[in-house]
Amino acid sequence: MKNRSLVSIDDLSKEEILKVLDLAEGFEKNPSQQILNGKVVATLFFEPSTRTRLSFESAVNRLGGRIIGFSEASSTSVSKGESLKDTILTVANYSDLIVMRHPIEGSARYASEVSGVPIINAGDGANQHPTQTLLDLYSIRKTQGKLDNLKIVMVGDLKYGRTVHSLLMAMSRFNTSFTFISPKELQMPLEYKMYLDKIGLKFKETSDLAENIKDADIVYMTRVQRERFSDPLEYEKVKNVYVLRNGMLQDTKPNMKVLHPLPRVNEIHTDVDDNPKAYYFPQALNGVYTRMAIMALILGLK
Amino acid sequence: MKDIKQLSVNAIHNGTVIDHIPAQNLFKVITILGLDKINSKITFGTNLESQRMGRKAIIKIEDKFFEKDEINRIALVAPLAKLNIIREYEVVEKMLVEVPEEISGIVKCMNPKCVTNNEKVTPRFKVVDKKNVSLKCHYCEKITDQEHMEYL
Repeated sequence: MKNRSLVSIDDLSKEEILKVLDLAEGFEKNPSQQILNGKVVATLFFEPSTRTRLSFESAVNRLGGRIIGFSEASSTSVSKGESLKDTILTVANYSDLIVMRHPIEGSARYASEVSGVPIINAGDGANQHPTQTLLDLYSIRKTQGKLDNLKIVMVGDLKYGRTVHSLLMAMSRFNTSFTFISPKELQMPLEYKMYLDKIGLKFKETSDLAENIKDADIVYMTRVQRERFSDPLEYEKVKNVYVLRNGMLQDTKPNMKVLHPLPRVNEIHTDVDDNPKAYYFPQALNGVYTRMAIMALILGLK
Repeated sequence: MKDIKQLSVNAIHNGTVIDHIPAQNLFKVITILGLDKINSKITFGTNLESQRMGRKAIIKIEDKFFEKDEINRIALVAPLAKLNIIREYEVVEKMLVEVPEEISGIVKCMNPKCVTNNEKVTPRFKVVDKKNVSLKCHYCEKITDQEHMEYL
């Protein structure tokens, strides 16, 4: 991975994914290694973010590196009409690595082609968010002890949610059995179901939440957003159907964990938070170790 | 049979005949090859009967010969097209169109949020289905299918 950009989870082989996870495990045991000493990491956030930006910055700081960058484009020359190419060429002069989030899809791939330093995609619109996928994989492996042969239930907005699409692609390499639970308007796109058919993985599609989480190893929740519905009445009808409540977890498997990329709105009731099966806040912490591992590998420091 | 062909489109002296173009894509082929901008003598026929494809179109271009790369650009709209290279009224060579693995700079990505539609970036695609030609954007990774193809 040395000197390579990370744009899409498909850029990594299965072996490289496992290498990132192993290294992240090492950082979790010993998070204060000063290996980024003397390195400058640029974080360019053209779009707001809490967890992704702060966990990257926390990871750089804990490893002894320095950060430059911005958290909104309005304070930069972009607001004067500067092209993405010019911004990237400039920032590449000032840093060893660029972490970028941008609302335009494909912007990260393009940036990686013009930049002289590696780019880490921290989300390009609805397209890719590979570091989220890697931290999800880390969380799954850490809580289940393995990645192979698990049963994963994905809930909520499966149509537009980039995190579920990337997670599906990554987990499909580990003989996963998938269940998709969503309102009709937000079902998993056909191309992903065709892909699973093609590689011979079984999946189930349903709209009933409570019944279908009982044999799950992982329940991956996502936000159902009002703006995704063309008919506001439809949203009102389904908005409470896909809410996970503590009572529903009673008959689930003891090893089961609830994951969520966050931010959550109301799709996981707060009464779930104290249940030991709730794992979304530790999941966010795992983002720091995973991002440490990714940066260390790309900068050739591990 | 031979008579009907001669009636449809006249024979040429030297040049290229492009046959088996789907009738509905005739004008796309003309645009992609830039035939509307050259000075050669061109005749074409469309809605001709074809046993293989229903209705086809044919283009005859006087004094024009194509490179392989150039001609493969029409593969997206006329994957079954056949080229006859004519010298002194005789067919001296036949060429088939091949759908390339990758294409760039011919088609627009159909995703309005794609970087190729928002910055000065040449669109690039991987051809994911050669038969019904569908393209996966190198940048935003979305699929552009036959129905939504818009030519640059």
